[in-house]
Amino acid sequence: MSSLLEIKNLHASIEDREILKGVDLVVHAGEVHAIMGPNGSGKSTLASVLAGKEDYTVTEGSILLNGKDLMELSPEDRSHEGLFLAFQYPVEIPGVSTANFLKTAVNEHRAYRGDEPLDPGAFLALMKEKMKLVEMDPSFLQRSLNEGFSGGEKKRNEIFQMAMLEPTLAVLDETDSGLDIDALRIVAGGVNALRTPNNATVVITHYQRLLDYIVPDVVHVLWNGRIVRSGDKSLALELEKRGYDWIKNETAVEA
Amino acid sequence: MAQEQNILDEVVQSDYKYGFTTDIEQELLPKGLDESVIRFISAKKNEPEWLLEWRLKAFEQWKRMVEPTWPNVKYPRVDFQDIIYWAAPKKKEGPASLDEVDPELLATFEKLGIPLEEQKVLAGVAVDVVLDSVSVKTTFQDKLAELGIIFCPISEAVANHPELVRQYIGSVVPTNDNFYAALNSAVFSDGSFVYIPKGVRCPIELSTYFRINARNTGQFERTLIIADEGSYVSYLEGCTAPQRDENQLHAAVVELVAHRDAEIKYSTVQNWFPGDANGKGGIYNFVTKRGVCEGRNSKISWTQVETGSAITWKYPSVVLKGDNSMGEFYSVAVTNNHQQADTGTKMIHIGKNTRSRIVSKGISAGVSQNSYRGLVKILKVAQGARNYSQCDSLLIGDACGAHTFPYLEVANETATVEHEATTSKIGEDMLFYCNQRGIDTEAAVALIVNGYAREVLNQLPMEFAVEAQKLLAISLEGSVG
Repeated sequence: MSSLLEIKNLHASIEDREILKGVDLVVHAGEVHAIMGPNGSGKSTLASVLAGKEDYTVTEGSILLNGKDLMELSPEDRSHEGLFLAFQYPVEIPGVSTANFLKTAVNEHRAYRGDEPLDPGAFLALMKEKMKLVEMDPSFLQRSLNEGFSGGEKKRNEIFQMAMLEPTLAVLDETDSGLDIDALRIVAGGVNALRTPNNATVVITHYQRLLDYIVPDVVHVLWNGRIVRSGDKSLALELEKRGYDWIKNETAVEA
Repeated sequence: MAQEQNILDEVVQSDYKYGFTTDIEQELLPKGLDESVIRFISAKKNEPEWLLEWRLKAFEQWKRMVEPTWPNVKYPRVDFQDIIYWAAPKKKEGPASLDEVDPELLATFEKLGIPLEEQKVLAGVAVDVVLDSVSVKTTFQDKLAELGIIFCPISEAVANHPELVRQYIGSVVPTNDNFYAALNSAVFSDGSFVYIPKGVRCPIELSTYFRINARNTGQFERTLIIADEGSYVSYLEGCTAPQRDENQLHAAVVELVAHRDAEIKYSTVQNWFPGDANGKGGIYNFVTKRGVCEGRNSKISWTQVETGSAITWKYPSVVLKGDNSMGEFYSVAVTNNHQQADTGTKMIHIGKNTRSRIVSKGISAGVSQNSYRGLVKILKVAQGARNYSQCDSLLIGDACGAHTFPYLEVANETATVEHEATTSKIGEDMLFYCNQRGIDTEAAVALIVNGYAREVLNQLPMEFAVEAQKLLAISLEGSVG
């Protein structure tokens, strides 16, 4: 089984403060990984560093996506190479319709692969089909991107975009935050429907709840900038029951 | 912050896309302005005595006036004796058809994408091209003439329809209205004249392309559009200018008159050379545009997309005289690098139940300064007047400025006046979100800016809206990291 994502000894800092202190992670095609951890452990930083946010400086280590060195690529080229980040806080872009935004994004992806832009009719049909995955009403296509969307609508829109871009690696950053149980089920349903043997999903979350719906193959605990424990889905249940303190204590003892 | 610094760096490296000049023989008058220059211009154009007198009166008024200093712009004082007031392309033999037009001129228009060619004509655009001071080519005139529509260079209208010109010229913008209007009245070179007769709906969009092409040549266009009772016309004006090292003054006057039940829609896409990345060169654009809704139920709508000029000083206005008349102003003003814009509108409500709507979208990048200045004046007699104003500012980077100067004078208590204003910024988060979806920063800025300006762009005729959209992207090209 070839590795789709390979992170080695990743150190990253923001404004001279080190947040990631040696993360190692290997994700294979077809897998779902969950990354859990208490607040401030570096989960969202990991997502941002993967996507190439400029605020963070990678000081050491490497990230390979499909064997390509991500550090060499701009954020947009990481996207073109198949990396998708579902944002914890999706931005609003007034005046830019969801349809227009996605048309631009999809055609940029196509251009990167050397394909012609999709014709408008085919594109509209594709959008309508993919929206069904997350039970979004087509009227959203004409609305300004995320403007006036509820928390749940924004998260569904993230998964809709993911469906349109068909990434090989999707990173969901706290996608469950602010979702009620119905929205959670819809979002998780969309993510599951998009799983194939050739892609992989990394789910970043505080709570075990989401993992009832998106069942992980591997669960990692990130604490203090490192992955301190990995296990199967039972680890998530144990965390749910016992909290994070026991892991912190054990890690402290090991160190 | 790093990204925004990149944005600024790139902005400064952005070059003017249309920076080229053509080498067409020019007939030039020496620099400087006195009565003899005005007499020369008037004689060159075989003008009647009354128009010469009108020019000379304006010149006398201008000499007693001082350059305004209230706009929020800074520039070295213009030396009015250092300007050439007459330049005309030399005609080899009066070109009667497209084939006879100077091929080099045609090639220039081709480069600019100016639709002089047949396909565009068939597509329904009649083009009255002004290169410097003299109209070179007018199309579709015969067809329009069948409907009684007059669309020609104003100099031609002076010769063929003197009664109309004499009745209306200066009736909306008097010669002594302001410093630059007075100067324009004294030395105006040419421009367009439109008359739409009673009950006629002009079947095509009328468009004019202006270019400034002569070194040190001030341009003084004069446009006069009259829509008689129950008529309709949509007029498009678009400008691009070649790159120049020295500042060039442009002081145009546009007058619109809408009679009872008539409607005039005036759209502008302005892209004159804004100066280089260090603020050197560029056009000074000091324009007076005003329309009067003379009759009941008349309507005047200004739409402008302003991306060019080093300095813009422009307030397309509507005087709402007729009862139930309506004035609109839709504007996108982009400033980048060292550009300065002080632009807005005036809506003067006189008639009963008059309405006005102002939608202004400013976009500032680089180290530019962008000011909205708008006056809504409701006179005591203007019973039941209504105004809605929306003034938005969008900032790119943190070295530019956006300013809003709304003036409100309401003398009738039945008036309803609404004003909304927002300021937003293309932030790193927005750009990163777009990047993450595979949209590079340059395309993201274009997407965001076009979205922001959509309400105004939607007011433009379709083919113009597409051009304007491209222009916004070009103007902000390089404003990205």
